Amino acid sequence: MELRSNIPSGPLQQKWDKHRFEMKLVNPANKRKYHVLVVGSGLAGASAAATLSELGYHVSCFCFQDSPRRAHSIAAQGGINAAKNYQNDGDSVWRLFYDTVKGGDFRSREANVYRLAQLSVNIIDQCVAQGVPFAREYGGLLTNRSFGGAQVSRTFYARGQTGQQLLLGAYQALEKEIAKGGVTMFPRTEMLDLVVVNGRARGIVVRDLVTGAITPHMGHAVVLATGGYGNVFYLSTNARGSNATAIWRAHKRGALFANPCFTQIHPTCIPQSGHYQSKLTLMSESLRNDGRVWVPRQKGDARGPGQIPEEERDYYLERKYPSFGNLSPRDIASRAAKEVCDEGRGVGPGGLGVYLDFADAIRRLGEDTIRERYGNLFEMYERITDENPYRVPMRIYPAVHYTMGGLWVDYNLMSTIPGLHVLGEANFSDHGANRLGASALMQGLADGYFVIPYTIGHYLASTPLEPVAPDAPELRDAVRNVENMGQQLLGIRGKRTVQSFHRELGKIMWEHCGMARNAAGLEEALRLIPAVREEFWKNVTVPGSGAELNQSLEHAGRVADFLELAELMCRDALHREESCGGHFRTEHETPDGEAQRDDSRFAYVAAWEYQANGAAPVLHKEALQFENVHLATRSYK
Amino acid sequence: MRLTLRVWRQPAPNAEGRLVTYTADDVTPDMSFLEMLDVVNEGLTEKGESPIAFDHDCREGICGSCGMMINGVAHGPMKATTTCQLHMRSFKDGDTLTIEPWRAAAFPVIRDLCVDRSAFDRIIQAGGYVSVATGNAPDGNTLPVAKGDAEAAMDAAACIGCGACVAACPNGSASLFTAAKLSHLSHLPQGQPERYRRALMMVAQMDEESFGNCTWFGECQEACPKDVSIDEIARMNRDFWMASLFERDEKVSTGTG
Ligand SMILES: Cc1cc2nc3c(=O)[nH]c(=O)nc-3n(C[C@H](O)[C@H](O)[C@H](O)COP(=O)(O)OP(=O)(O)OC[C@H]3O[C@@H](n4cnc5c(N)ncnc54)[C@H](O)[C@@H]3O)c2cc1C
Ligand code: FES
Repeated sequence: MELRSNIPSGPLQQKWDKHRFEMKLVNPANKRKYHVLVVGSGLAGASAAATLSELGYHVSCFCFQDSPRRAHSIAAQGGINAAKNYQNDGDSVWRLFYDTVKGGDFRSREANVYRLAQLSVNIIDQCVAQGVPFAREYGGLLTNRSFGGAQVSRTFYARGQTGQQLLLGAYQALEKEIAKGGVTMFPRTEMLDLVVVNGRARGIVVRDLVTGAITPHMGHAVVLATGGYGNVFYLSTNARGSNATAIWRAHKRGALFANPCFTQIHPTCIPQSGHYQSKLTLMSESLRNDGRVWVPRQKGDARGPGQIPEEERDYYLERKYPSFGNLSPRDIASRAAKEVCDEGRGVGPGGLGVYLDFADAIRRLGEDTIRERYGNLFEMYERITDENPYRVPMRIYPAVHYTMGGLWVDYNLMSTIPGLHVLGEANFSDHGANRLGASALMQGLADGYFVIPYTIGHYLASTPLEPVAPDAPELRDAVRNVENMGQQLLGIRGKRTVQSFHRELGKIMWEHCGMARNAAGLEEALRLIPAVREEFWKNVTVPGSGAELNQSLEHAGRVADFLELAELMCRDALHREESCGGHFRTEHETPDGEAQRDDSRFAYVAAWEYQANGAAPVLHKEALQFENVHLATRSYK
Repeated sequence: MRLTLRVWRQPAPNAEGRLVTYTADDVTPDMSFLEMLDVVNEGLTEKGESPIAFDHDCREGICGSCGMMINGVAHGPMKATTTCQLHMRSFKDGDTLTIEPWRAAAFPVIRDLCVDRSAFDRIIQAGGYVSVATGNAPDGNTLPVAKGDAEAAMDAAACIGCGACVAACPNGSASLFTAAKLSHLSHLPQGQPERYRRALMMVAQMDEESFGNCTWFGECQEACPKDVSIDEIARMNRDFWMASLFERDEKVSTGTG
């Protein structure tokens, strides 16, 4: 299989404009004859569904929550980047492009990233027009904050609830289109298979989560915007329902999975408090604008933070990375935290934590300013830990947060299955081996508002699409496949809960495919995971039936997919014998402990093809060309 | 800690429901309320019984999925806190907790603690948006917004649509939810052209659903996990009366279509 990225020719700055001109258009009167299935109602899905309906397409949109407004995007706190240069501090489209390619450790496509940076400015305009209440200066103009991996202030925010406000903007646009009849919404509905007819994605099979009914939905194109798969680690900052099922089942129908091992571990999360822990809570990276990260100089120092004098503290990020300091990119900050904890200098229960201290900022700016900036985050912290961060430093520890990997897509956001488009965190594009803060919201909305509305038109206008018969064998096969899997899960009636398997898998992944990886550990994981999977299919217990609301059954299906995806992640991590971004192989580090890339061997996207019957997946490579940024060792010193 | 739970179990929308008693052992103060239920559910599952169904997703107090009546109080005893952010340190050893779904005519029970809140989506469909199609926006800094207005808009926009206000209201009114959306948009210049039309449409939809009327009990703001103020309802009423008064005056009532 040849991977064709379909990047337009010509100079970087003109590619998207040129492409927009060259793409075929669907005549307005014909748009309503096309039916597009959008799975997901997060930033990517809601913005796509609303915009496609505005253009006149007939859209069906699906989500598993009870309302599209509850998609995981709602939880994003810190902000969204845009190259507006409102601060006059030297920002530009080129700089945002450059920072993102460098931040991704040179493992993303230049053309995609440049387009993203260009579109970033339109996103802010669109959201403001929708009534997103971004933070403002006294003069009434939009204000910005800084985020990791950048030396300019380009992050727009709405208190600590940026994702919520952006999603409500997209949700409201979606509801507007639902009211007009352009979008039919299917909440509490889960996609469980993809229907491919004549090599093209033509439909999906879904389960109604209330009645259990399994039905197909057919259309002319399918858009997956189903989010990331961080919950393969069991504990992560993702919402509990976030899962890989939609993309994994599409993968099994032929869509290649790109860079599955590229996972982001976020440096600032609230440490785990017990074995019952069900998720980890992120403390926005924006806190690193004003908080200083430190641990005691002495190993095993048991004194409270207030008792440790200044000269006995190690502000290790400021020490190691003087120019970016506390705002070093996430992968670097996470690894540095792990390092000091491994040295025995961690704080809090089990020594798995570092301090994030606001004392200096409070002295400098006053408590009110800090409250205005981060009030809700501080409250959330106190609610969870019962400690007041205005008085004692926060304790934080890295946690799984985001997955840069995802289904492989070309420049048009189309996967290797024609007609199947993938947006937002579910695809692999744009972030390379590490995503910069405030860039996921930007990517989701760029994909949904500004890219897919054009590229899907081109696909529809240039592809002959025959109607699919309601009894087409591909359709029946997909429905049967879903029914069988459900019955199988319900029929095992073993002894262990779904949760216990999920937890076990998570431990293996965190241990061997987490912040630092090596061949021995990954090989071990590749031995352990199939054994857990085997036991799962023999010994899991799923109470109840398929013909009712059954949350255990939903969870079981998702864990079954995680148990397969996990293996692919380890395989990918094992094959990539270099360190880059969030993928840190302990065998490949520079003498001072930084990631050692190997551009001569690994400057490519690893795209895996599924093989049936347990055969090993096949690796395809898309070589990455760097014509505009010079491949350099990433340095934040 | 060891607690006694009396939990509403109802297998299906039209089935009969009842309170069933369970014990929760080994509860620790740092557990969240939902983690406590997770542990109970694992125990039930191991015994082959069906676990308690409840909606949840983010577990950070922002998605608005979770929500239950805990001893008759929406989201439990802690002020401005969703059920998922409530921690067991709010309770003590030996306590008995009665856990029920939102009770409101407009929120029928689907199963156990899960209810159908789609009426909220329909209220938004009636006009809870700015009619701006993608691609039509001017530069974000074209219209300055006074900081105070942006903050007031944000206070109202913080609503997570959980439904606690409805569940807490003796009349089962959705006024706080509806008013919060109206207020969010009416504080901003972008929301002005459709301001009065929006108020008429959303209030009409609210009345069409099975919600009750607001008679100023004030329970809604007590229950709101995001501290949305009952003043928003006064604002809604003002806009609604203005709009009704001038209903035939095109300038006010229809705004931009
Ligand atoms: C705590 C937290 C804070 C964050 N903060 C920031 C930030 O400040 N800035 C930033 O840029 N990024 C941030 N991120 C990352 C960012 O929020 C996400 O990457 C982004 O919102 C993903 O959007 P999405 O539209 O791709 O997917 P999601 O928002 O995850 O939406 C997925 C949708 O797909 C649906 N779905 C999934 N599977 C199925 C299925 N099988 N069938 C039917 N529907 C399905 C879901 O119902 C949902 O509607 C944060 C992430 C977390 C976890
Ligand atoms: S689970 Fe999201 S608000 Fe409680």
